[in-house]
Amino acid sequence: MSVPPLSASPQSSAGATAPIVEARGVSKAFPGIQALSNVNLTLARGEVLCVVGENGAGKSTLMKIVGGVQTPDAGEILIDGRAAKLNSVHDAQAAGVTLIHQELNLAPGLDVAGNIFLGREPRWGGPLRLLDRRMYAQAEAITRRVGLAASGKTPVASLSIGQQQLVEIARSLSLQSRVIIMDEPTSSLSQRETERLFEAIRDLKSSGVGILYISHRLPEVQQIADRVTVLRDGRNAGELRRDEISHQSLVRLMIGRELKQFFVRGAAAKSILPLPLGEGRGAGYEAQTRSQSQTPALEVTDLRVTARQRRPIHFQVGRGEIVGLAGLVGAGRTELAETLFGIRRAVAGEIRVEGRALRIRRPQDAIQAGLLLAPEDRRLQGLLLDQSVRRNISLPSLLNLSWLRLVLRRREIELAERMCRELSVRTVGVDKRVGLLSGGNQQKVVLGRWLARQPRLFVLDEPTRGVDVGAKSEIYAIMDELTTHGVGVLMISSDLEEVLGMSDRVLVMHDGELAGELQRNEFSEQAVMNLATGGSPSTSPSPTGGGPG
Amino acid sequence: MKKLLGLALFLLVIYALLLVANPGARSAQNHQNLGQRIGLHGINSLGVGILIISGGIDLSIGATVGLCATVMAMLLVDAHMNPVVAMLITLALGAGIGLLNGLLVTRLKVQAFVVTLCGLFIYRGAARWLAGDQVKGLGNDFATFKLVLFHNQDVLGLPMSLVIFLVLCGLATVFLHMSVYGRYLFAIGSNEQAAKYAGIAVDRYRTLAYVLCSTLAALFSIIYLAENNSVQPSETGSFFELYAIAGAVLGGCSLRGGEGSVLGIMIGTAIIWILPNFTKMWGVPSALEYTVIGVALLIGALLDEILRRRSLAAAST
Repeated sequence: MSVPPLSASPQSSAGATAPIVEARGVSKAFPGIQALSNVNLTLARGEVLCVVGENGAGKSTLMKIVGGVQTPDAGEILIDGRAAKLNSVHDAQAAGVTLIHQELNLAPGLDVAGNIFLGREPRWGGPLRLLDRRMYAQAEAITRRVGLAASGKTPVASLSIGQQQLVEIARSLSLQSRVIIMDEPTSSLSQRETERLFEAIRDLKSSGVGILYISHRLPEVQQIADRVTVLRDGRNAGELRRDEISHQSLVRLMIGRELKQFFVRGAAAKSILPLPLGEGRGAGYEAQTRSQSQTPALEVTDLRVTARQRRPIHFQVGRGEIVGLAGLVGAGRTELAETLFGIRRAVAGEIRVEGRALRIRRPQDAIQAGLLLAPEDRRLQGLLLDQSVRRNISLPSLLNLSWLRLVLRRREIELAERMCRELSVRTVGVDKRVGLLSGGNQQKVVLGRWLARQPRLFVLDEPTRGVDVGAKSEIYAIMDELTTHGVGVLMISSDLEEVLGMSDRVLVMHDGELAGELQRNEFSEQAVMNLATGGSPSTSPSPTGGGPG
Repeated sequence: MKKLLGLALFLLVIYALLLVANPGARSAQNHQNLGQRIGLHGINSLGVGILIISGGIDLSIGATVGLCATVMAMLLVDAHMNPVVAMLITLALGAGIGLLNGLLVTRLKVQAFVVTLCGLFIYRGAARWLAGDQVKGLGNDFATFKLVLFHNQDVLGLPMSLVIFLVLCGLATVFLHMSVYGRYLFAIGSNEQAAKYAGIAVDRYRTLAYVLCSTLAALFSIIYLAENNSVQPSETGSFFELYAIAGAVLGGCSLRGGEGSVLGIMIGTAIIWILPNFTKMWGVPSALEYTVIGVALLIGALLDEILRRRSLAAAST
């Protein structure tokens, strides 16, 4: 299909008013989730439209649909006022729409020009199809347009992430794109690189290219947006014109749901957990109540997770307390959890579990002290998918289930069966492959594995991601039950409802640091979102609060 | 389990056909030979099989055999050392090579394929340099040493190497299928990251697997020397890593890691070494020996893949 050159914008009255891209009533469902329902969006020529929303609000799905990566279940995409069938990235590119993913899609071994023209290299020599060296001149003309100061022969791997971003933009320009979708383009850019990117975006605007810009860095949105569309729970939550955009107005649109009441706290009617556990390992659990004032389950002082972190992290988790750790994707929550658990080494700082200072250099050290982690990515980090439920549950407890280092099968089976029973893991038997269970049951296997190891401080990273509603409330009940035994829980979650529903206290991270702490009486989605996006917890952001993301 | 049954069936069929095809194959002599081959090379297959289960690979087994056999011969012939002491030193050398391989893979994060490919060249070169590229023969000395390790029809009529292999298989079964360590190796091979998150000292156990593999290769080299009475530093052990890997893989050790069994390794090794005998007896030129092994391995891999897809499809519906 032929694409009109960039500069030529047809000035007929009908053509000028039709938006360059329009989404009408787009819906999309994934197993268990309605990602988008009846979403509308328009983008005009030379406009920067920011799409904002919480984690999981549907931003990325919508962009993938416009970019041809996914097809909608209902609704349509119009390009220049005409319905377009975008069944592939190729279709979208032919229609002039290019999607730049958050994780860049460059071939690091190739040079800049090779990446820009990847798959479309000008060739000569008939069947020999030799590379046309004139490609480099063409590439440099384009890179100059986006402000990339690198020769076409520079290997992409030697460029900074910001420069690589510009290569992606250059590629989309070489595709004659009239719409460029950028998904979190600044997430790994420095301040200066961000500014260069914004310059490039302004240049693109003035030549009539429309930009769909996804970000949850609100200060940035305020800086670059001509208009903002806010999504919430897969629906249009509202739209703001340039003069209406403020931190406050954005946050108000991003949140604002009713809290559903299926979170249970302090309501463990019966003891559902087989505690005390850890046979043959001495004391077991003393029943501890939340009111007991003792040394906290976890005490973190002066912790530096990365060297570039400006302020060290301090916080505590009391015994029997659930502390929510909120923040946007990439705020450094998982990195913090992995540092506590010994997957990463802390740059500096002290970690105490029940008053005892720990030197955590590897997960074994943490586990020994009762500091346990249910990792974010269950399938990759949590489970041996091709092995049985039994083997997955017993794995960290094998030494306790063995005699002369020989695994005592009967005791292993006992443990696995007990955990499956107590946590209601739905499986035909403990020898079923864990990869065949549902997400919720897989998560229960991960929890069951650690319950056999005397948890004192349990870090749960996204404990209910990919878990259906029924299993969710079961997992909440398990967490609640843990607290009645004096276990401290640090719950990382991107689900605000869950954070506010389950936590006794909420810590919010932003850009690798703790941005603030909220007590139960200060809980509101607005307060969390304000902190998570770099503002202050109060409803009115201070003028300096929205610093550079 | 199904796979093991299939393999065992295949082994029985070719063995039966071998006996039917050629009365000569029924002789005690032929069985002695077969048992000796299977027992000897089974030692290497066992070592590399354990390593493959943990997600590793060792291409330097043959060169390790060459170097260890050379050192063993020189300790006996040139240094006039007590055979028992010489054996211990040789075994320690094997363990050291394994440790080096393991540390390079786990600490310096070099790919196992590359580390052991380099090892293949390095250890072979070292053997040739040490021996001045000369054949080292034991001559008529060290009769007891040879008698103990290579007494052709002893121990209930079984060749010594087969007896040693069977004992090792017993030990390996306990280690791999009954002990905590075996569980760790399977877990690491199945999903190294998840094993780490479960608190397993991943690097330590991966290194252990390399040490076991190379130590078994050293043991192999000692028995091999006792059998052959001499070592050719530039030749001894060449290709043996490929037989070893072939036996383990045919026996169900997946190169993806986390899959395999001692019984499978035993059956796989037996097939690899009976197959040439079988085809020769059926009149296939012995020049095609490698081709036959290769084709058998390929068919095994294809069947494995088909079975895997079918079970995946069955599981997902």
